[in-house]
Amino acid sequence: MLTWVVIGLSIPLWAPYDPTMLAGPRLQPPGSEHWLGTDALGRDVFTRTLYGVRHSLPIAAAVIFGAIVIGCTLGAIAGFVGGIADEFVMRSVDVTQSFPPILLAMAVTASLGPGLGNAAIAMVIVWWPIYARLMRAQVLGLREREHVEAAVASGAGPGRVLGKHILPLTWSPIIVNSTMDFGQVILLAASLSFIGLGAVPPTPEWGQMISDGALHFYRWWIAAGPGLAILSIVLGFNFLGDGLRDILDPRSK
Amino acid sequence: MNPPLLQINDLTVTFVSRSGLGLEAVRGLDFTLQDGELHGVVGESGSGKSVAMMAVMGLLPSSARVTGSVRLRGEELIGRSQRYMRRIRGARIGYVFQDPMTALNPLLTVGAQVAEAITIHNRSLSGSEARERALALLRLVAIPSPEHRLDQYPHEFSGGMRQRAGIAIAMANEPELLIADEPTTALDVTIQAQIMDLLRRLREEKGIGLVLVSHDLGIVAGAASKLSIMYAGKVVERGNVDDVFASPRHPYTRGLLASLPKLNQRVERLTAIPGAPPAIHDRPLGCDFHPRCAYAAERCRVDAPALRPVDATEAACHFAEEIARKLPQDVTGATV
Repeated sequence: MLTWVVIGLSIPLWAPYDPTMLAGPRLQPPGSEHWLGTDALGRDVFTRTLYGVRHSLPIAAAVIFGAIVIGCTLGAIAGFVGGIADEFVMRSVDVTQSFPPILLAMAVTASLGPGLGNAAIAMVIVWWPIYARLMRAQVLGLREREHVEAAVASGAGPGRVLGKHILPLTWSPIIVNSTMDFGQVILLAASLSFIGLGAVPPTPEWGQMISDGALHFYRWWIAAGPGLAILSIVLGFNFLGDGLRDILDPRSK
Repeated sequence: MNPPLLQINDLTVTFVSRSGLGLEAVRGLDFTLQDGELHGVVGESGSGKSVAMMAVMGLLPSSARVTGSVRLRGEELIGRSQRYMRRIRGARIGYVFQDPMTALNPLLTVGAQVAEAITIHNRSLSGSEARERALALLRLVAIPSPEHRLDQYPHEFSGGMRQRAGIAIAMANEPELLIADEPTTALDVTIQAQIMDLLRRLREEKGIGLVLVSHDLGIVAGAASKLSIMYAGKVVERGNVDDVFASPRHPYTRGLLASLPKLNQRVERLTAIPGAPPAIHDRPLGCDFHPRCAYAAERCRVDAPALRPVDATEAACHFAEEIARKLPQDVTGATV
């Protein structure tokens, strides 16, 4: 994981080639000159793969952040206020979640126009219900805890009860979940780019690159680099999430 | 004369179930508490004692319908808005919770929680002033080395210390009335005695009134001046502790006293009241206690007895006089 972050931050300093410039002959198989070969236009696949993390990670971070902000706010309101607010939020969640995520994201991106920014907005729309559900469940559970009742009994108003005695106790599952989701969001972003709704060429985005690779099916190296990159980063985030859960939740040990 | 500190009249709490059925958890509770007095409310689980106290604090969920009257120094509390009740809670009525393990926020230091209880009702107080007051409160509840304890988290406190902290929070704004809901149930016997000592001292030093809710007759006997015995949401016997213990007028009270282990007798088996209290949706006709009562007669099956004065106390039994006379064993030996 850390390796990927370091690569993402430092790649412009040491990359052997420019990710969007022609670096050699087209469709060159892997070799000492180009470790993962070159693509249909003659760009270096290895360099483009490494550069890809500079798009995937920030997009994933932005999407997760947006989903947490929207989802947790609505979820906390639903859980704490209850009644009509709860119904409204949870039915919206149900509606959103009744679409297959990729279809919903496609529909939203298609209506907004392709591009990484729009894809990110679409993914926030797909993702917030997860956090709304999680947060609502947390708040509902905590609301019945005795220390919350004790705070009410000592005269605390609803704002103080929620902000000081409920929300601070909800973060650990949110953090664990968001780390796990990082990988999923990267996958979804790559999928959107693959079908041409995410990154616009010549951006070195993994989904986009795999899509290029699919056009030249027997030049396996074009898709192999970004494919392995996605595999490793998703795996990495899942491990990170598991590790965090073990640290934050003593019960899982 | 001043109006009494707390006057509860005909307090009834009904939970309305989804099917529209009304379930009466408390049925016409009344008692009066004067300054500096300790009133014990005793009953089994489900007898409505905690629900009644929650009603006094206005802490019941909206599905509960509360009728009757609760007056704090003559001021009606039933039917008040949440905003109004927030100014009462913690400021004029302190509430001590049963389980000190869960009644404290695990993420805040004890000092911060005591200080918070103060600043909720006194917003002008600065952080250091609140801390100073919190320190004084920890000292008041006899927590050793309070300067050090102030910055510790609840998990660093033992059960007894946590309950002391809980009492400090309840006492934060020098309330007139303290309601302690089973304050010692989650604690060891030796710690129970310490906490009861603390409550007694606070009552004597600060002159506050105390309502002690407990299922433990021994605890109440040692601390309270008056008590109400509740059964199935109703008060079945009420009076001065000494009078009630000397000659219980209600068969349920007799049963409770008889079931206490006695220090001066060697017994193989503790006496128990046969049967179990009726479920809230399935209460018998007539007297609630008659299915379990050894003295039940035909009249008890149809006619529910009202609480009425019998000698020095009040009891809700048709045969209170006869039962008071039938007193073979020394029930007083049962007090602790």
